[in-house]
Amino acid sequence: MAGLEKKVTAFQDENLSGRSQKLFFEVTEEENFTYYGNHDVDFNKRTSIDCEGMDAKELNQKIKDALKKGYGSIVIKNPGAKHSLGVGILNKLNLIFEGSLGYFGLGCIDGPTVRINGRVGWSCAENMMSGKVVIENNAGSCFGAALRGGDLIVKGDAGARTGIDMKGGTILVGGNAGAYTGFMMQRGRIIVCGNVSANMGDSMYDGIIFVGGEPKSLGTDCIEGEMSDHEIKWLEQKIKNAEINCKVPASKFKKYVAGRMLWNYDNLEPAEKKGILG
Amino acid sequence: MVTKKKTTKKKSSGSVKATSKKKVSKTDYQVVGGAKLKDKEIKSSREKMIGQHIGYRYDVNLIPDYKHITPFLKKYIDIMGWDDLNWLEDIHMGFEGDTPAVFDRNANAWITLPKKMNLPKGQQDRDMLARELLIKFQMSPNHPLVQLKRTYGKGDNFKLVE
Repeated sequence: MAGLEKKVTAFQDENLSGRSQKLFFEVTEEENFTYYGNHDVDFNKRTSIDCEGMDAKELNQKIKDALKKGYGSIVIKNPGAKHSLGVGILNKLNLIFEGSLGYFGLGCIDGPTVRINGRVGWSCAENMMSGKVVIENNAGSCFGAALRGGDLIVKGDAGARTGIDMKGGTILVGGNAGAYTGFMMQRGRIIVCGNVSANMGDSMYDGIIFVGGEPKSLGTDCIEGEMSDHEIKWLEQKIKNAEINCKVPASKFKKYVAGRMLWNYDNLEPAEKKGILG
Repeated sequence: MVTKKKTTKKKSSGSVKATSKKKVSKTDYQVVGGAKLKDKEIKSSREKMIGQHIGYRYDVNLIPDYKHITPFLKKYIDIMGWDDLNWLEDIHMGFEGDTPAVFDRNANAWITLPKKMNLPKGQQDRDMLARELLIKFQMSPNHPLVQLKRTYGKGDNFKLVE
């Protein structure tokens, strides 16, 4: 049995040790509805910032300064499709952009409600944790990439790889969506009222894609699932809340889920087994 | 399930049988994926299909039923200015071992349900409870991220307002 002798790998060699921490808190302690240590803002306190001649860093700092002063509603004028606007806002806030955003707008946000009266470029709301983003026009590629939570709504069309690698939350597209929509999605929901281009849901591990129109083709491991009445009701409400004029009734939507053929990812490939066993 | 009588016989007859004694317990649990679990519902179709235990034991695709929403969560939605549960739609009551728990993505840890609290029967009610529990923990000054921010937060933008 010499050939089957186990080789000592790095993992077997090391004594891995960790440290766990136990914290206790009282569930009946004073109720807070926002993160401790964040700015307490008032939605009725409103201000506006003109973005003309400013770079992204300056504007983002101005938003944070307004938050410190307790402004809960901020209007950004002349955003001029600049990149990386409104990123890293970890507070509840009502933010309105009077124009379009460039690439990587609103990345890593946690809490704000944002309305964009224009278009957005690549990777809008990447890594968003919570909140609501409404785009009145179209969105570029990688819309809602790695989304963690919250509602991301585009009333027009969205580009390729919408919801790539998303891990939670809901993306709602009022028009059509591009190729590889829901690529490698692990969780969450994508709703497309129109059609979807080729390879929809390719390599998805979990999550749901609802389509009002037709997908051009399904990607690897994406299959059609059955809609329940409960899901139809939820879908109806979600489209209504997003103020999207969808021509397809919720009951006519199709549901797509993972075929779970990729769920064996923790089993070793034959080649890897051979490597370990010698 | 091996009966107590059989175990006694094994114990008296040899070392191999003594090893099997260790696996027998008075509690009616089953071992799935290395975890001892009392809940009999754990062998879902998904677990059977992949041949291993899913640690958190809930359906990630379960959509919330707003009939089960609690007054606390309604208040939270109003304060945040949203129309629905928003990011909380992805929060479910799972299990850490045998204890009902909800996963906190900010602390990268499970929050276990206090023993004095009763676990509701339906998953929708359990999920609402989990959401409430998570909000209370995340917004608490005892949250580990608050400590981290106090210790390592740099720059005016990341200072705690205390």
